[in-house]
Amino acid sequence: MAEKVSSSSKAVFALAGVLFLAASGAILGWFRQPRELRLDPPLSANLDRIKLMPNGISGSPPESYFAIGKPYESDAWNLSQGKRLYAWFGCGSCHGDGRGGVGPSFLDGWWLYGPEMVSIVASIRDGRPHGMPAFRDRMTSEQIWQLAGYVQTIGSYKPKVAAPSRNDDRQTRPAENRGPAKILFDEGPAGVHPDQGPTP
Amino acid sequence: MKTHRALPLSVLVLASGCGGYQSALGAKGAPAIHVEHLIVGIVAVCTVIWILVMMMLVLALVRARRSVASQATGSEKPLTVAVSAAIAATVVIIAGMTIASFYTTRNIGLPDSTALTITVRGQQWWWQVFYADSPAGPGFQTANEIHIPVGRDVRLRLESPDVIHSFWVPSLAGKQDLVPGRTNSLLLRAEKPGVYRGQCAEFCGLQHSHMAILVIAETQAAFEGWAATQRLDAAGSADPDIAAGQASFMAKPCAACHTVRGTPAGGTTGPDLTHVGGRRTIAAGLLETTRGSLAAWIADPQTLKPGNNMPMVPLTSIELRNISAYMESLK
Repeated sequence: MAEKVSSSSKAVFALAGVLFLAASGAILGWFRQPRELRLDPPLSANLDRIKLMPNGISGSPPESYFAIGKPYESDAWNLSQGKRLYAWFGCGSCHGDGRGGVGPSFLDGWWLYGPEMVSIVASIRDGRPHGMPAFRDRMTSEQIWQLAGYVQTIGSYKPKVAAPSRNDDRQTRPAENRGPAKILFDEGPAGVHPDQGPTP
Repeated sequence: MKTHRALPLSVLVLASGCGGYQSALGAKGAPAIHVEHLIVGIVAVCTVIWILVMMMLVLALVRARRSVASQATGSEKPLTVAVSAAIAATVVIIAGMTIASFYTTRNIGLPDSTALTITVRGQQWWWQVFYADSPAGPGFQTANEIHIPVGRDVRLRLESPDVIHSFWVPSLAGKQDLVPGRTNSLLLRAEKPGVYRGQCAEFCGLQHSHMAILVIAETQAAFEGWAATQRLDAAGSADPDIAAGQASFMAKPCAACHTVRGTPAGGTTGPDLTHVGGRRTIAAGLLETTRGSLAAWIADPQTLKPGNNMPMVPLTSIELRNISAYMESLK
């Protein structure tokens, strides 16, 4: 009899636990992440003030970037926007689906200018030698940051918690939230990248 | 008191939906007229039947109260006759409505040959419209606006490159889905000249409600004139603002997604802008085409229509002014 009571009370507790989890999930879902469809112009202008190291690799973003919580690296809405920008501005015509083509790959485990956001922003905004055009006049600085966040995400060795939206087209490589760079890492022939980048 | 005043008002509001340029009950095209006749016929028959049934019910209730005592002794013959008649009437009426529905469906189908074929591609969230090559001249492309000649059968080929949309211009024809990977057809025929509004009728994403289309039915001569204008390349202009706008348009990312025939701009992602200034609306019915609305749209498309596929492009105020003047000049 006592056993019966305890097993039924266990069931009641389990049910209550499940209901509690479901309710907390619903409440969390209700707090939808706010979307900033257009950044405040002063903030947007300030985001342009990145400081680069003299060799053009790495540096520090402006204070305002930390003040707004580094949204371009970690926020699904901005990553999705970056993914759309990647298609709209024809990045794929040189970089393919991220595995490169005419331009370098983002997924082979090597970052020519380092994986920091500032480097990627600078590459997109000001261009780089050997054919990378400058997008300064074609994209707003907010868009450049969004695109840089997306590029960093596909080249990241560790999948981020936030993921951009799914592909509407056929998948050609592992999805962004699976860490494609880690899966597709290619050390290449010895000596190709003698002094750049750690092995994941 | 308030409800008394509100009632006639709400009836008026509801009744106003029965006319106008987007209404299945104010049909102006052959297929829609057939469907309207069917709806009105079925509603009329069902209304009469409903009234008869309610009258019988009331009669039965009243009679039952009066003559509970005499029930047992009565003969069952009248009841048998009544039930048999009701069953026979049901069979006849349902069969009649089925036959009417069958003939209506047959009447709104496509005939073997049509005067004109137009390809409509529904995209998130606008309508791309292709007019094929014809003896009168080469084909051309437009967006969110279909011109058709009055009194002629027009075949629409409906396609979709992304998700399922549905083409519905209630005043002219029934609904037809645009399904990725297949081509559906729909007969469009306007009996009276006019502007008829349609709306995507299958939820297709964030801006589904801002995906409208206009069908403009005009006389054969007016239609030929419109098509001849559309076939022309974009005209250049001596106006310095417009010329500067054109130069900015080509230098900025605009030309990567939009085509303006007669210029180097040849992008195919966005709507063809060769004659954008001549269209009544921009952004699929979102705004009337004016220089101001064009400028507002170019300045910040993501605030006006969040989620759409046009990015904001950094422009100086002078570039913005010139480009919107250029857009407006493309009649």
